[in-house]
Amino acid sequence: MQLIPCPWCGPRDEVEFHYGGAAHVAYPEDPQSLTDEDWARYVFFRDNPKGPFAERWCHTASCRRWFNAIRDTATHQVLAVYRMDEAKPVTS
Amino acid sequence: MSLYRLPDRGRVDRSTPVTFTYNGSPYTGYAGDTLASALLANGVHQVTTSIKYGRPRGIMAAGPEDPNALVQVETPFPEPMLTATTVELYDGLVASGLSGQGRLATEPDPARYDAMHQHCDVLVVGAGPAGLTAALTAARSGARVVLLDDQPEAGGSLLGTTELIDDRPALEWVEAAVAELDSLPEVRVLSRTTAFGFYDDGFVLALERRTDHLGFAAPEHLSRQRVWRLRAKHVVLATGAHERPVVFADNDRPGTMLAASARTYLHRYGVRCGQRAVVFTTNDSAYQAAVDLADAGLEVAAVIDARPQSPAGWAAECAERGIEVRSGHVVTGTTGHERVIRAHVAQLTDGRPQLRSGIGCDLLLVSGGWNPAVHLFSQAGGRLSYDDALGAFVPSSSLEAVTVAGAARGTFQLDGCLADGGEAAQRALAGLGRPTAGGTPPRPSAAHESAERPLTLWTVPDPDEQHAGATQFVDLQRDATVADVLRATGAGLRSVEHVKRYTTIGTAHDQGKTSGIISSGLVAQSVRAGIADLGTTTFRPPYTPVSFAALAGRDRGHLHDPERVTPLHLLHVAAGADFEDVGQWKRPRYFPRAGEDMDTAVLRECRAARESVAMMDASTLGKIEVEGPDAAELLDRLYTNLMSSLKVGFIRYGVMCGVDGMAIDDGTVMRLADDRFLLTTTTGNAAKILDWMEEWLQTEWPDLAVRLTSVTEQWATVALVGPRSRDVLALVAPELAVDNDSFPFMTWREAMVAGVPARVCRISFSGELAFEVNVSGWDAVTLWEALLAAGESYGITAYGTETMHVLRAEKGYPIIGQDTDGTVTPQDLGMSWVVSKKKPDFIGKRSFARAENQRADRKHLVGLLPVQRDILLPEGAQLVADPQIGPPPVRMLGHVTSSYRSAALEATFALALVKGGRDRIGQTLYSTVGDELVPVTVAEPVLYDPEGARRDG
Amino acid sequence: MTVDHPQRRSPLAHLTAELAATPVGVSLSEVPFLTQLNLRVDPLGRAARAVEEALGATLPTAANTAVAAGDLDVLWLGPDEWLLVAPEGRQESLEKSLRQAIGTEHGAVVDLSAHRTTVELSGALARDLLAKGCSLDLHPAVFTTGSCAQLPLAQAPVLLLARDSEMPRYWLLVRTSFAPYVAAWLLDACVEYAASGP
Repeated sequence: MQLIPCPWCGPRDEVEFHYGGAAHVAYPEDPQSLTDEDWARYVFFRDNPKGPFAERWCHTASCRRWFNAIRDTATHQVLAVYRMDEAKPVTS
Repeated sequence: MSLYRLPDRGRVDRSTPVTFTYNGSPYTGYAGDTLASALLANGVHQVTTSIKYGRPRGIMAAGPEDPNALVQVETPFPEPMLTATTVELYDGLVASGLSGQGRLATEPDPARYDAMHQHCDVLVVGAGPAGLTAALTAARSGARVVLLDDQPEAGGSLLGTTELIDDRPALEWVEAAVAELDSLPEVRVLSRTTAFGFYDDGFVLALERRTDHLGFAAPEHLSRQRVWRLRAKHVVLATGAHERPVVFADNDRPGTMLAASARTYLHRYGVRCGQRAVVFTTNDSAYQAAVDLADAGLEVAAVIDARPQSPAGWAAECAERGIEVRSGHVVTGTTGHERVIRAHVAQLTDGRPQLRSGIGCDLLLVSGGWNPAVHLFSQAGGRLSYDDALGAFVPSSSLEAVTVAGAARGTFQLDGCLADGGEAAQRALAGLGRPTAGGTPPRPSAAHESAERPLTLWTVPDPDEQHAGATQFVDLQRDATVADVLRATGAGLRSVEHVKRYTTIGTAHDQGKTSGIISSGLVAQSVRAGIADLGTTTFRPPYTPVSFAALAGRDRGHLHDPERVTPLHLLHVAAGADFEDVGQWKRPRYFPRAGEDMDTAVLRECRAARESVAMMDASTLGKIEVEGPDAAELLDRLYTNLMSSLKVGFIRYGVMCGVDGMAIDDGTVMRLADDRFLLTTTTGNAAKILDWMEEWLQTEWPDLAVRLTSVTEQWATVALVGPRSRDVLALVAPELAVDNDSFPFMTWREAMVAGVPARVCRISFSGELAFEVNVSGWDAVTLWEALLAAGESYGITAYGTETMHVLRAEKGYPIIGQDTDGTVTPQDLGMSWVVSKKKPDFIGKRSFARAENQRADRKHLVGLLPVQRDILLPEGAQLVADPQIGPPPVRMLGHVTSSYRSAALEATFALALVKGGRDRIGQTLYSTVGDELVPVTVAEPVLYDPEGARRDG
Repeated sequence: MTVDHPQRRSPLAHLTAELAATPVGVSLSEVPFLTQLNLRVDPLGRAARAVEEALGATLPTAANTAVAAGDLDVLWLGPDEWLLVAPEGRQESLEKSLRQAIGTEHGAVVDLSAHRTTVELSGALARDLLAKGCSLDLHPAVFTTGSCAQLPLAQAPVLLLARDSEMPRYWLLVRTSFAPYVAAWLLDACVEYAASGP
């Protein structure tokens, strides 16, 4: 049972959290102006790196806040968490 | 007193004899025995026969590493696949040997199982000398400490030896240490508790066997086993080491044992495992066993030491006792059937055994060295490396919050273990920022100087060159031999993981505790690679077998999954409702009257709703309150239709889609005030939709001033349905104007209903005149009973989800999640009217324009009418165009999503998703029903009252 | 034809006797009909100050803490979210004064009094009992008096409040649909404390 550090509640069991996929994929400014291909890129395509990856998580079972986390996809280690209004931290 | 039980040794309680039955024969042992020690005390070595070859197999070890001694316990409750070496003896125990496979009980297990969470600063696994020292050191500093050990009493290896600590028997030191730990408030000592898995962030699972050892006397109110969910800031692993054998021909004969295990049986249980022993070793440790056994009166015929030189000190001790020591010799095989009667001994020259001679014995003790128990360390992510001097894998990486101490990291001498334990605790405390308290470290008795390095010898060459390795057993439980390993490498396998799968070595209950490294060694020899490079197979939890019952704990029976209920649940139970599970909710499916089955009950309930008045508990709908100046804007962005134009006091139906344009939920939206809405979600989707809304609000549109609050259980909802519903409502809400002009469709009113404050909505999920009355959950019973009383003269009828489904399906109203599967757009559902053309954007809009979503042959929601009017199509049935099914692939046109009997239509009907369905209306398709294909007519989805004439009553 | 004396039912009323019959060392009881209002407001805004003034209590900004002011408890639920718990019958007056305090600033006040019910759990064994289904560290030096947390207890979401961590007394605020499950789970967890079995 991994602990995920909620930026508000502190470390809690992973089962209290809900995964939200890649972070920093902004909803397009004007979807109607995009080609089908560009729109599909937004809807269906995501990076899947081995190593640090910025993700969205929600502490569903507690404060219901969405936040961002940098997680190493190979080790599952959470390298950093930051609130939605905070800049992505630099992790090496 | 039997020949094999010594009168004055061991820690068994001779004042408490215990009778038991093994393989049908009665025996006696003592409290404190294991099943294995009691059998050995009765001269029984063979416990079973092997799974593949049916060869006699005996007790080989004194702990969970034993590969052979599988038993089935029959009383007090049948349990398979236990090892005799870990079953504590109790009065009335009935057990029998297993040849690799057990029998599960056919009756339910009456015992309780549970779980417990425990946090600590320092978790120490193993209460041997290293673990005890670590726990004491940590505990004296005031840290929160948990010490656990798999045995009934602390001491670890000290239980099976004769060491001294601080000039007194080591076990006196153990006793004092445990007493001190027990006296400290922040310390918990758990015996009979096996740490079986090490997971992330200091999370360790351990199984405590709380009442197994009590047998029939186990109190019913205590859990039999408990899973401890431990979260530690630092973990000290003092898990000890397992002795491993050397593999030789016929090494599986009963009477062949690990040397230190025989010593444990002697010192801990007062059991002499035989009368005449031969000891075969590659290292010094087995000499102690030879000497101790000789001192206990056993005849030790010889120590066969594979090393060219025997250790001088030990050789002298052996000489004193008349034990012959043959260095540079090996045991090449055995003679005997159900028990070893002779060991074959040969000189080893250039790695080849020479002429052999036989030495008569009934006990053949073997030591091929020691494997540190690195399982938990490895599970925690620690790396292992091969130690040439020890011939074993040892921890080689440093983990931040894990320290390995004692034999588990290859420290086999007592002084080293004691020192290790103290240092491990200090490292843990330093990591926690705690100072170490004082106290004198324990001081052990002088150890034998280890004069000769151990020799690493996996297997003795087989004298039978024709069938080489065929009876040299590596994994005794799997009946897997040296020949099997060579066959694997001969087939080209190089990886130890592949060889494991090919040979099954290490896949039995013992997970290869004694055989794994030997297999790796053999592979290395065979493919001429270094064992260090080949590595080990992966150590996975559980360390020892754990029953599913223990893992399930109390999550079984009515606690298996939470049963969510509405405030009306007890009334439904009293009314004899038949319930169905909707997500975690228990919802009445129908309310049968005497003699009714579901079909007749549902036809009656439907008729009441269409012809008079009926009512349903709709409290399970998810409800979310949306408040803030931008509330309307948020809803406009999330629903496909326009919500901002909704007036206060009005209600609108809405659909939400994902960004891919597929419908994810639907429900109604009430406008409570300019800046307040209350929306409903489908029963199973409440949490998901709240998450979904919060995700957009918090991550994409934090500038919107809106707050969302789940109010699902605040409100209880009763749907009042049917042409007479208005009359009934008027009776219970005398101050409410209920006529169509004052209270039109899709509006809501606040009113006193049944004497309690309510929000009444005029919405309909059936096409009939209908109201939904919302009251505080506290008042639900009052409302329900008042409606029943008021509607009595109209024959008001309670109905359940089945009738709700029939009524809505007759009207072609889809259920998101039943009639859709995540690939269905609102347009596919025939609901283009719910998709706004005015809004510049909303979630899903852009996807509707994708070419894929514009195809003419997309699956549409349509109605189906079986040509034969009483055939009920199975939900999920496939639809085809041709009644003659040709050769595959058969072109499937879609499938049935909902199917019911309709009282109103006097026929069965269905909803289905059909390719190009709207262009097939009137056509005949064929649906599978069992093995038959039956004709069905494609119809508009709205089969009942398509003009909507009934809505206003 | 209205009902003359509407009779409210609390979600665990039917289990009153069972809850009262727990073994020595642990006491369970439902505290029904408490006033519970959910408050959403910017903690740094003017409205938050006005709310605090109206309540006579601070809105705790430390995560997972609660403050008590007289018979009112204010529990932190999120960075801009609190649950106000007061004795029975105060929802209307409390909601009114909160809305008044918030004024034209953006905030939300939602009556959740019937959304959850409250189970009081006390006694020397209370912590042990909770530890059977709660992964949080409940050590009195960690989960101190006035700590609160939203988390799963066994398989149900609960809001846990330590009213007193030394002489253990906890409140479990449970969504009413889960209340019978939670009660059954608690009662089952008590079985082992009985001297001679169930």
